[in-house]
Amino acid sequence: MTIVEAEKLNQKGLQKVAANERFTFFGLTLPYLIMVTALIVIPVGWLFYLSFIGRDGSFSFENYERMMKSKAYIRIFITTFKISILTTIICAAIGYPLAYFMSQLSRKWANICMIGVLIPFWTSLLVRTYAWLVLLQKKGLLNNMAIEMGLITEPIKIVHNTTGTLIGMVHIMLPFLILPLYANMRSIDKDTLKAASSLGATPTRAFWTVFFPLSLPGLLAGLLIVFVLCLGFYVTPAILGGGRVIMAAMKISSNIELYFSWGAASALGVVLLVVTGIILFIASKLVSMDQLGNR
Amino acid sequence: MKKTIMKSAIGGLAAAGLMFSAAVSYADDTLRIVSWGGAYQKGQSLGIFQPAAKAMGITVKEDTYGGISDVKLMVKSGADKFDIFSSGAGSCASGAAEGVLEKLDYSVIDVSNHLPGMYSDYCAGADIFSVVAAYNTETYGEGNGPKTWADFYDVEKFPGTRAMRNKVDGQLETALLADGVPKEQVYEVLDSEEGIERALDKIRSIKPHIAVWWSSGAQHAQLMKDGEVDMTTGWNGRFDVAKEDGAKVAYDWQSGIMDWEGYGIPKGAKNKDLAMKYIAEMMKPEYMAEFAKYITYGPTNGKVYELGLMEESRARMMPSHPDNAKYQLTISQDWYAKWRTIAAEMYTEMMTE
Repeated sequence: MTIVEAEKLNQKGLQKVAANERFTFFGLTLPYLIMVTALIVIPVGWLFYLSFIGRDGSFSFENYERMMKSKAYIRIFITTFKISILTTIICAAIGYPLAYFMSQLSRKWANICMIGVLIPFWTSLLVRTYAWLVLLQKKGLLNNMAIEMGLITEPIKIVHNTTGTLIGMVHIMLPFLILPLYANMRSIDKDTLKAASSLGATPTRAFWTVFFPLSLPGLLAGLLIVFVLCLGFYVTPAILGGGRVIMAAMKISSNIELYFSWGAASALGVVLLVVTGIILFIASKLVSMDQLGNR
Repeated sequence: MKKTIMKSAIGGLAAAGLMFSAAVSYADDTLRIVSWGGAYQKGQSLGIFQPAAKAMGITVKEDTYGGISDVKLMVKSGADKFDIFSSGAGSCASGAAEGVLEKLDYSVIDVSNHLPGMYSDYCAGADIFSVVAAYNTETYGEGNGPKTWADFYDVEKFPGTRAMRNKVDGQLETALLADGVPKEQVYEVLDSEEGIERALDKIRSIKPHIAVWWSSGAQHAQLMKDGEVDMTTGWNGRFDVAKEDGAKVAYDWQSGIMDWEGYGIPKGAKNKDLAMKYIAEMMKPEYMAEFAKYITYGPTNGKVYELGLMEESRARMMPSHPDNAKYQLTISQDWYAKWRTIAAEMYTEMMTE
């Protein structure tokens, strides 16, 4: 047997092993693939299919035509994205400093702070939303207190509008931003900051050139979770918005009542899904996730 | 074949989406009835459902539901959750148009003493309620608040915040009445998109003063109780209950728009025959009189007044009392059957502007 022949045999063997390995790995991911197909691909496909079914049960574009005809739909989508984006930004503005503060604490104190973040998270969403209503309404706790203290003479409108909706939604969404961000910040090696200082960087400079970029993956993950959850929000805007903040989920529900058909509701879901997909695609082009990870 | 698979799959999804109160095996002498909860169903339960069940020697299980769309979804998905539902006449009519209801057998159910128009082929009228303009008596003083719809829309004479419904039902009429349309002509004017637009324009004129668009009777009662708004459209009975509870609220019958609620049977209900007999029992005047003790919704059965089953002072609080009814416009089910979806979309458009 020559060396060449031996090499060939060896290569064959290696290829076989590699093929086996690929096959095994494929087999191991199979349950996941089946789950994704059964739980995501089929239902979403179904959603698309139903959105093209008219009231009489045949194929039609009527559900989409309706959306083109009435200005209400486009306004509802604008409201949905406006509220979601604002909630996300406010969550980031509040959540980032808080997560940073927690990441600088000792484990013990950080855990105590974490309980503070998590306890409201474990309370029912409905209860928290109604609690805000009681606090914020015209003769609510907040207005009454402010009037008694002489801060204001007339009650201010902080609920049954966008402000109230944002307050409620930020409160509910904040943990979703803080949790991934805090985990990410904890994993940042503190020595990198020390290294930056030893090279002459001021604390501000060290934060912006070293710490902040390293925390970006956690921040982005948090932003993404908050934003996507906001898009489908129903209860909080319905109660705190006082009918003046109408988001897509609310229109989906009222369309089922109005048209008695899944199609009318599905079409809204499809548009929301597609527009969200496009926005996330553009966002991912602007800030590449991989790039962030490698920094 | 493909279609059946589709259908059953859609059914499966729908059934899963609905509540879990689904078909537990039940005996032949058990009926399941659904209604709206709150003060309303409490009155129904104590005044009608349970006494009628007792009289017939059957068991009646109660639950709440989300309206006619629940009936529609249940029937279309082949689920079996309830035998009778309590519903507004208009919703019932739309359910009938969709073919999801059983036709009522009026040889079993006696409606010979019903007030005119207070029953339909698919809905046996049980009580009469009114949409009224309620106001805060702390803001305006008892008896000095808005009496008519013209007052409700007059933001100079009656400054203050308002609330209206987040759905079109029972709202456009208020705008046209405020605009000076005689009540006999309201539905004639509304019988075109221009007419609907006219009503919407009237609502637009006070939109800056509308602080809340309410979504349920419980909510508009709460709004008045908490003093969140100074006046609102809403159902008279809820305000009376809120008032008994200490809310500073009043309304005048001049603003009343009468509507009625009744019982229907979903298509394919397992216990259809018994349900029919049970509805017949519930139509008896004594139950209606008892119900009216709990909430101020008037009887559809004229016998209640004839037999004097209600105390005079209580009878005067009912929307259907002749002294109150004389002012009022009666909701046209035909108009809603024809225009509801179009008007609803136009209303939402006005709301989102």
